[in-house]
Amino acid sequence: MLPLVLESVTFEVAGRRIIDRVDATFTHGTRTVILGPNGAGKSVLLRLCHGLLIPSEGAVRWGRGDDSIARQAMVFQRPVLLRRSALRNLTHALALRRVPRRERLARARAALDTVGLASVAERSARVLSGGEQQRLALARARAVEPAVLFLDEPTANLDPAASREVESVIQDIHEAGTKIIMTTHNLGQARRLGDEVLFLARGRLVERAGIDDFFRHPSSSEAVAFIRGELPWH
Amino acid sequence: MQEFGRSGAVALGLVTGLDSDLLAIVALSLQVSLSAVAMAALIGLPLGAAAAVGRFPGRRPLIVLLNAFMGLPPVVVGLVIYLLLSRAGPLGHLGILFTPAAMILAQTVLIVPIIAALSRQVIEDAWVEYGEQLRSLGSGPARSGFTLLWDTRFSLLTVILAGLGRASAEVGAVMIVGGNIDGVTRVMTTTIALETSKGDLPLALALGIVLITLVFALNASAYLIKEAVQRRHG
Ligand SMILES: Nc1ncnc2c1ncn2[C@@H]1O[C@H](COP(=O)(O)OP(=O)(O)O)[C@@H](O)[C@H]1O
Ligand SMILES: [Mg+2]
Repeated sequence: MLPLVLESVTFEVAGRRIIDRVDATFTHGTRTVILGPNGAGKSVLLRLCHGLLIPSEGAVRWGRGDDSIARQAMVFQRPVLLRRSALRNLTHALALRRVPRRERLARARAALDTVGLASVAERSARVLSGGEQQRLALARARAVEPAVLFLDEPTANLDPAASREVESVIQDIHEAGTKIIMTTHNLGQARRLGDEVLFLARGRLVERAGIDDFFRHPSSSEAVAFIRGELPWH
Repeated sequence: MQEFGRSGAVALGLVTGLDSDLLAIVALSLQVSLSAVAMAALIGLPLGAAAAVGRFPGRRPLIVLLNAFMGLPPVVVGLVIYLLLSRAGPLGHLGILFTPAAMILAQTVLIVPIIAALSRQVIEDAWVEYGEQLRSLGSGPARSGFTLLWDTRFSLLTVILAGLGRASAEVGAVMIVGGNIDGVTRVMTTTIALETSKGDLPLALALGIVLITLVFALNASAYLIKEAVQRRHG
């Protein structure tokens, strides 16, 4: 279904332009990191890509094949888990993807295993720790074997140890062949997980580069300031 | 004050003596109100969910209507059901006027709006939290409605108890469609009204005490169960 192509995508709310004419192409195999200060529009851009928001102008286009939301998954900044066991959260997602009933349990258990949550399978998802909840959200995204996985600041609320665990799961999912598109404002994480960077500031795509190029030779003043940590966080 | 003392004694005597008339009245009251609540929940919960997550024409008028009908006067509901069920009415052939079935019907009509309107609010609040995640998982509105019904089950228990409170406390509707026939359609509230008008205040008060105790016991046990289960599920 890739590439994903954004054609002059614009998003306005009440006359305010939150995303401003963004053109971009996302291809298979690379891990794309969307960087930018708070309020730059990263989360809104992800939602536009995923189809949760509709552009006011421009278009989000997918390549050949099934472009429905069924081939995509998204992990939100704050995981939203259902008030049922960790395992049942996964079987619920699998049922929505029309996975045959007899396969669901095995696939759900396998996915829990890959994120190290096998031991809490029967525990209610709502009583898990923040890090466990985020890993469960990742397991749910992974269980449905999406072609593209969007992640919105997946470690924003986690301590360093939990962040590392989440990062390693993201790496696994990438290696299993899923296209990763994630936002972060953590530069270290961008370096560890990114192949390419889209740098967003005030709703505009200011810069796009390979990860090393971006950090070595940022070409925009906004990116230079952001890397130096000078850009105001508003 | 003396009145209360005497009624307390009468109440105690009635209860401990397992007075068979009293037991019959209490049993019928419970049967009518619990049946009405069960039917109203079967109708009101899906209706509330549909009004919360559905996008259909007439949704807003429906919500306004449900909210307004929360305060339906029981006597008016009783009168309308009476007219429908009376021999000349459109449902006259059922022949259920002055039977417990008619009382159940009237109370159901009375509390469907309460359960629907309150559950609509609960589920709409949950939809704000879950909506994007469920859409991302590929869950359509109908499926999401049922998912949210299950996920808000602890809050909905409170909604159902509100309906039960209303049903067991009302007198106007069951009086009109039941007729307060001794041994057939006499429930606690209608008996209280009757005994008060006959001047048997101790008996009326005694029944009042029994009624309040029952409602309290039902609510307390539901609350305790809810607390215990909720602690496990978060
Ligand atoms: N649904 C919305 N309605 C109105 N404004 C919004 C909405 N979502 C985001 N915004 C605004 O859009 C801007 C970009 O938000 P966001 O994408 O969340 O930024 P980021 O994720 O880069 O921190 C912010 O100014 C935010 O207030
Ligand atoms: Mg954000």
